[in-house]
Amino acid sequence: MEIGYFPGCSLHSTAQEFDLSVKAVCELLDIHLQEIPDWNCCGASAAHETSEELGFALPYLDLVKAENARISTVLSPCPACFSHLIETHEKVVGDPSMGERLTAITGGKSYQGGITNEHVLDFFINEVGIDSLKEKVKKPLEGLKVACYYGCLTRLPGVTMDSVELPMMMDEIVAALGAEPLEWTHKTECCGASLSITRTEIALRLGREILEAAQRAGADCVAVVCPLCQSNLDARQAGINKKYQTDFSLPIVYLTQLMGIALGAPKSKLGFDKHIVAPNVLTRY
Amino acid sequence: MPEILNREDIHAFKDLVLSLSGQDVSHCIQCGKCSSGCPIAYEMEHLPSQILRLIQLNMQGRALASNTFWLCAVCQTCTVRCPESIDIAAIMDALRKICQQRGVQPGDPKIAKFNEIFLDSIKRNGRVYELGLVMKYNLATVQPFKDAALGPVMFRKGKLKMAPDKVQDPAPVREAFEKSKTFIASEKKD
Repeated sequence: MEIGYFPGCSLHSTAQEFDLSVKAVCELLDIHLQEIPDWNCCGASAAHETSEELGFALPYLDLVKAENARISTVLSPCPACFSHLIETHEKVVGDPSMGERLTAITGGKSYQGGITNEHVLDFFINEVGIDSLKEKVKKPLEGLKVACYYGCLTRLPGVTMDSVELPMMMDEIVAALGAEPLEWTHKTECCGASLSITRTEIALRLGREILEAAQRAGADCVAVVCPLCQSNLDARQAGINKKYQTDFSLPIVYLTQLMGIALGAPKSKLGFDKHIVAPNVLTRY
Repeated sequence: MPEILNREDIHAFKDLVLSLSGQDVSHCIQCGKCSSGCPIAYEMEHLPSQILRLIQLNMQGRALASNTFWLCAVCQTCTVRCPESIDIAAIMDALRKICQQRGVQPGDPKIAKFNEIFLDSIKRNGRVYELGLVMKYNLATVQPFKDAALGPVMFRKGKLKMAPDKVQDPAPVREAFEKSKTFIASEKKD
């Protein structure tokens, strides 16, 4: 299978292990990733909070670049990138005058509306399938208790087939890998996103509540599919421990890293050395 | 003196918010579900439902001076739980833009500063340069040693790069920055 790939800024820096593990998993599943040539930043929250047009113009450029490279489906692991691409696609398809305006302010190349956008959860469930994943598991993650943390991902358009309050898609994938997805209380609670930089104390408070809930449920690790969720819980864990006199030592791993181990990718290709809280619990697999 | 209801033009603010966000605040029944689910409500000067009430009452000054919508992390818990199907997160987004256009002092200057530096990074490089972004932000907000312990750890793990990752062709991104308008709706009225 050939598929377009939009890594986005985070996967090239703070979330390199997400990039590495998506690539390793896709290689094992015989999925060829074609990166959008010369992709640019989707604008994240800052663009649409500042200017309505800029919020659409930056993802629009990526859609144009993808289409020009004859890509038809784009996989965006970062939920922010994914949501901005799909929202822009829908806006332009629903309002052609918007497309004309965006073409005019981004260098003159137009987007024809031919891109299908996918996030990792819908991609692995719809395009690969749970049964097919189960068949390909070489090292079942037996005995691994995983708290699947969705963050606000499930509220994104395009992932609507899952429940917004009690999502299960990641749990299904984790179960297919042979691990034990846990029932817990904070699946969709907010991690604070970029408040981690601007109002750090808020992100520490939210992070503490999430880690506490995962620990209460008996988690060996927390699985995530978002660069901000990962860094707010992993890189800030020491800060949380210091501020709240706690002793959390919970590895925060990307779902694709767990998939990589179970499907038989060498661990050295999954970026485990990038974690701040060492995922020692995974060494037995 | 407290801001009072402007009866002459009671719908002005509500209509502006509607034109920018597509959300009609008059549907809000003040049930408070958005506020009870908001993870950041405890830090907000006004609860999300109170902001909606201020918009209904055309109390523009008080609504726009609030830190509420600057703190909003757009997690959309309010949006998915609203029994009247109001996209409250989209309203918070609209309020930020109204502030910028009118030059209203942001209710949380640090967050507004961060957005500005973040966008500048994209404008320069076409992509976000995290290390440069954080350093600039810390200097601009006069907290040069913020996260001084975390930075080297991230750096050692190879998570922060010394040099920015740049697009090969920066022209279309720069053009987008130069030509983008704050509001699409207001442009239509011109």
